Amino acid sequence: MSLPSNETRFLASADEIAAAIADGAFVAMPPDYSLVAMEVVRALVRRNARGLRLLGVPQLGLCADLLIGAGCVTEVETSAVSLGEAGLAPRFTEAAQSGTLKVKDATCPLVHGGLQAAEKGVPFMPSRGVIGSDLARHREDWKTIQNPLSQTPDPIVLARAIEPDVALFHARWADRAGNVWIGRRRELATIAHASKVCYVTYEEMRDGDMLEDELLAPGVVSSVYVSGVAQAERGAWPLGVIDLYPIDDAHLQLYAKAARTQAGFERYLDEFVRTGRTARLRDRAAHR
Amino acid sequence: MSSYAPEELLACAIARLIGDAAHVAVGAASPIPASACELLRAQHGGRPRLSLMHQRKANPYTEGSRELFDLAGQGRIDVFFLGGAQIDGEANINLVGTGEYPAVAARFPGSFGSGFMYFAAKRTILFREEHSQRVLVPKVDFISAPGWSPPDVWRRGGPQALVTGKAIFAWQQEPRRFRLESVHPGHTLSDIRENTGFVFDCPANVPKTQAPFAAELAVLRGPVATKIAENYPAFAQRVWQN
Repeated sequence: MSLPSNETRFLASADEIAAAIADGAFVAMPPDYSLVAMEVVRALVRRNARGLRLLGVPQLGLCADLLIGAGCVTEVETSAVSLGEAGLAPRFTEAAQSGTLKVKDATCPLVHGGLQAAEKGVPFMPSRGVIGSDLARHREDWKTIQNPLSQTPDPIVLARAIEPDVALFHARWADRAGNVWIGRRRELATIAHASKVCYVTYEEMRDGDMLEDELLAPGVVSSVYVSGVAQAERGAWPLGVIDLYPIDDAHLQLYAKAARTQAGFERYLDEFVRTGRTARLRDRAAHR
Repeated sequence: MSSYAPEELLACAIARLIGDAAHVAVGAASPIPASACELLRAQHGGRPRLSLMHQRKANPYTEGSRELFDLAGQGRIDVFFLGGAQIDGEANINLVGTGEYPAVAARFPGSFGSGFMYFAAKRTILFREEHSQRVLVPKVDFISAPGWSPPDVWRRGGPQALVTGKAIFAWQQEPRRFRLESVHPGHTLSDIRENTGFVFDCPANVPKTQAPFAAELAVLRGPVATKIAENYPAFAQRVWQN
């Protein structure tokens, strides 16, 4: 594996990012409580993306359910797909039950470990636990070996390095140098490091170079990892950005209810994803 | 006689099971275990430390979502909670699906961190409100995390107890079986037998689960309800109209 040193491109919109993500790409995405690039997810639905494989870091929520329901996804590798307090992810559940979606079941620390191996450029990461589970039985890319440094029996699991094609997430700020600020959401730094390319939407452009600010720098993903950024105000909605806008629980409930059937899901797409009303409705909901 | 919600009984029962602990971690969508911890914290001057994975403000983690697992791997987590779409008599849990995997009949969200946390946390309290033969099965269809491990396999901890909406079972490592510990008020032993799909040990006299004390209810409905509403708004609204 050899990964590029990126030069950040400044793109006009979330739709341009969606256009840069090829059909069939292996895309790493964060869970609903982190910073999810929902505007790009909606743009992927609008551009009718196909054959995506999603990696949940370590699990997935609304973004995956939307993409699955819209037929954009053939496989998910994840520890779970759930809408949290809003319940089961309905389109995921149906696609998994009908067999139209392949699910590569994982467990959180081995997703993190596999990505950390890719960060370091090593082939695998060992982990405790997992032995005796059916996860271990079904994952051909996990291997149980004898701890080579132990004189006594000590089986341990190795998770193969996970190398996504694309890391995709949202950020509070970007700057003109192409750095993005994710604060404490370090799983986003991990996927940026481990992936071939990394696309980021951001709320606001920030003056100056954030790496020159000692208070901001620890929360920055440096431009060396960032392939492209585009502004998307309220781009995580109906999920949240800490200190800016909270997760829109009422909208998640609305989605969970609508998406119980494919017909309800299509109506949801028409209202909130496929039309120009999206931005207006989103702003109204977000400013409530 | 004071009346209380079933969620309040469960929170008090779980708080007693946690007992003395330095650090309790709570994973996804677990408002009742979180309430149990907040109850203890309100009663004991902020002990135990509570790390709530999905805490929206002032989240305890600064290394992203892997930090919980790193903490547990090092032995810094005393108590963790796991549920199960299916739980069997050997304390194996299934969070994936029913039927012949991967062609599942019913699909559940997934294993989350269970395949690791069940080994690494010092104690795990299994918690599932639904107490039925559908959930408490002789053998799970898929093992997300095993309830026990052979002696050669590294394992720091495992199940302590199983709490349901009807009863509390204690886990016995030897023999490898649950023992009925208490039945919640309003339920009977025959009710438990009828709705439990696995074999369990049962003492001659099964006590009733201790009902919440008035002082506990006051704390739950006051500071705990306020705290829980920050992260589990729908739950707090439903139980405490908060």
